[in-house]
Amino acid sequence: MRLRPHVIVFLAPAVVVYTALMILPLIGTLNLALFSRAPDGGAVFSGLRNFATLFGDPRWSGAFWNALANNAWFFLIHMLVQNPVGIMLAALLSSPRLRMAAFYRTAIFVPTILSFVIVGFVWKLILSPIWGIAPGMLDAVGLKALFAPWLGKEEYALTALALISVWQFVGIPMMLIYAALLSIPDTVIEAAEMDGVTGWSQFWKIKLPLILPSIGIVSILTFVGNFNAFDLIYVAQGALAGPDFSTDILGTFLYRTFFGFQLQIGDPHMGAAIATAMFAIILLGVCIYLFAVQSRMRRYEF
Amino acid sequence: MTRTLRITLLASTLLSGAAQAQDVTLTIESWRNDDLTIWQDKIIPAFEAANPGIKVVFAPSAPAEYNAALNSKLDAGSAGDLITCRPFDASLELYKKGQLADLTGLGSMANFTDVAKSAWQTDDGAATFCVPMASVIHGFIYNADAFDTLGISVPKTEAEFFATLDKIKADGTFIPMAMGTNDQWEAATMGYQNIGPNYWKGEEGRKALIAGTQKLTDEPWVAPYRQLAKWKDYLGDGFEAQTYPDSQNLFTLGRAAIYPAGSWEISGFNTQAQFRMGAFPPPVQAEGDTCYISDHTDIALGLNAKSAHPDEAKMFLEWVGSAEFAKLYANALPGFFSLNSTAVEMDDPLAREFVSWREKCQPTIRSTYQILSRGTPNLENETWNASANVIKGTETPEAAAKRLQEGLESWYKPAE
Repeated sequence: MRLRPHVIVFLAPAVVVYTALMILPLIGTLNLALFSRAPDGGAVFSGLRNFATLFGDPRWSGAFWNALANNAWFFLIHMLVQNPVGIMLAALLSSPRLRMAAFYRTAIFVPTILSFVIVGFVWKLILSPIWGIAPGMLDAVGLKALFAPWLGKEEYALTALALISVWQFVGIPMMLIYAALLSIPDTVIEAAEMDGVTGWSQFWKIKLPLILPSIGIVSILTFVGNFNAFDLIYVAQGALAGPDFSTDILGTFLYRTFFGFQLQIGDPHMGAAIATAMFAIILLGVCIYLFAVQSRMRRYEF
Repeated sequence: MTRTLRITLLASTLLSGAAQAQDVTLTIESWRNDDLTIWQDKIIPAFEAANPGIKVVFAPSAPAEYNAALNSKLDAGSAGDLITCRPFDASLELYKKGQLADLTGLGSMANFTDVAKSAWQTDDGAATFCVPMASVIHGFIYNADAFDTLGISVPKTEAEFFATLDKIKADGTFIPMAMGTNDQWEAATMGYQNIGPNYWKGEEGRKALIAGTQKLTDEPWVAPYRQLAKWKDYLGDGFEAQTYPDSQNLFTLGRAAIYPAGSWEISGFNTQAQFRMGAFPPPVQAEGDTCYISDHTDIALGLNAKSAHPDEAKMFLEWVGSAEFAKLYANALPGFFSLNSTAVEMDDPLAREFVSWREKCQPTIRSTYQILSRGTPNLENETWNASANVIKGTETPEAAAKRLQEGLESWYKPAE
């Protein structure tokens, strides 16, 4: 194919903006990771030593694998709770017999547009053992014994935060799947009904295969979003991601290292090494999805 | 008519613009966002009245974000003219990077002792880069009304302290002690660093730790953790998720009897609490023991080396170092005790109680701040985590001490 001049002209704005805002900073980060701080405050080239420290030093690698494992759990909760619930809600909303569908749709979507700061703060108050309404509500139904200071316990804190995040973002898979469900032509549904496929079996056998590509997109969005997550943990638990680092994910680990915390002085070079590792993890995940999952997914032409 | 009016308006706009252009505006970076109104209403007007032509803006950020935000602003060249200095290495690092100016030659530096300046000097003491403002003292603030109702007196020894807590707990009206572990730093700062100096004998132990003649696994450093581990039973329900503001509110609402405190709480508590308050220093092990208190040099003011108005900023700093400022600041913010050599008369009874301990007890600063938090893992941050773990009971005092010592040894080689 011959490159025509007008192609270059029309591509140029996107290429320039994308290069300036995405590719250059990315290369800058990778470059930053290859240096270390000199005693005089300058930077010296140190090759891959930051990565050797990150994966070789027991403290650094311990913190890194802890953050990665927490992040994986955070992602798993989203995949197991947020996306199935999102699909279910979309299926209910697309049911023609449901009244006030627009109201439910809006109500469920509203948390998504709230700021993390508000969500984190509100949930911290709700779950607070001192002022929160959660202990009172459980008490009202006689289940006070089930209450625990969830955000302060190592074994529950991360799961609690993941569920808060699910509450906030369940609207996104719901909307995407809802749109996919609406795009299924009536003729297909009618044909299914003619063949006697209705209700649940219609959902499993006709609709679900047709919305599978959308579910794939939702999954990859969840993956990228979760492995870049930072805000909610930072707002709710602070940069030390307590209790005892049990809610530390890659984003908070990066923040603490890059900018420093309290008496810990920030180390941009180690921080950049962590950011590079995060980039590699996300890239790997997206590649697996693109080449192993999406290319095999069947598409239906109507 | 309208035309003249227009011209007058235009002229006045231009003139006032010109007048404003002569004013120099100095911006102060700080983490004390609680003090915003005091700076705006009391401190800055006093300076501006005496120094026409200089306007001062107090621009604080949230305490937890201050260091990160300040470093980014300094690197980007967008930081204010005056920088509130954290003690020791955080500021020393900024000085070494050439971001804080050398203030050794400032006239008002003569108003401070070497100890007061030590937190903002190079290791050899040759250069001072921030004007010391205040120190904070640790201790316990108690609800005096609650103590009267329950008929208990102020505990002096550790045994009395726990007997007092038992009594409050048995009575059940009050939560014995208001503290949570959610934010971690209270456990270390108001817990470990508060009660610790009595065990490691203040400066003696702190210096021995830096010199390497004592280890964190030695008895004086593990014993405070043993005491902290016992605190668990006296904290409120769900203290694991209790935040710092939760603890403050529990105490000022009168629901808790004792609050492990830093003196910086005084002004806030005075406005919030509706009951009488008293304070006592950390109880000693046995009657008659010398008491040690943490009197921590905490806050100072430095000059951004890249400030566009260094001369005006220096005028402000000279004023900050003066006795006039010391009096104004110590009384506007009871609990921040002036480091100025001139004795400052304070009106607040609670603040006077705190500062009176300086006469009978040996003061020291927080053990983790000088030199020992230079490397990674950072001893101060690790101490937060360890103290919170010990209080919750998820780590034993011995295991926590061992972990801290191993972390410190991994990068710190004393006396080399």
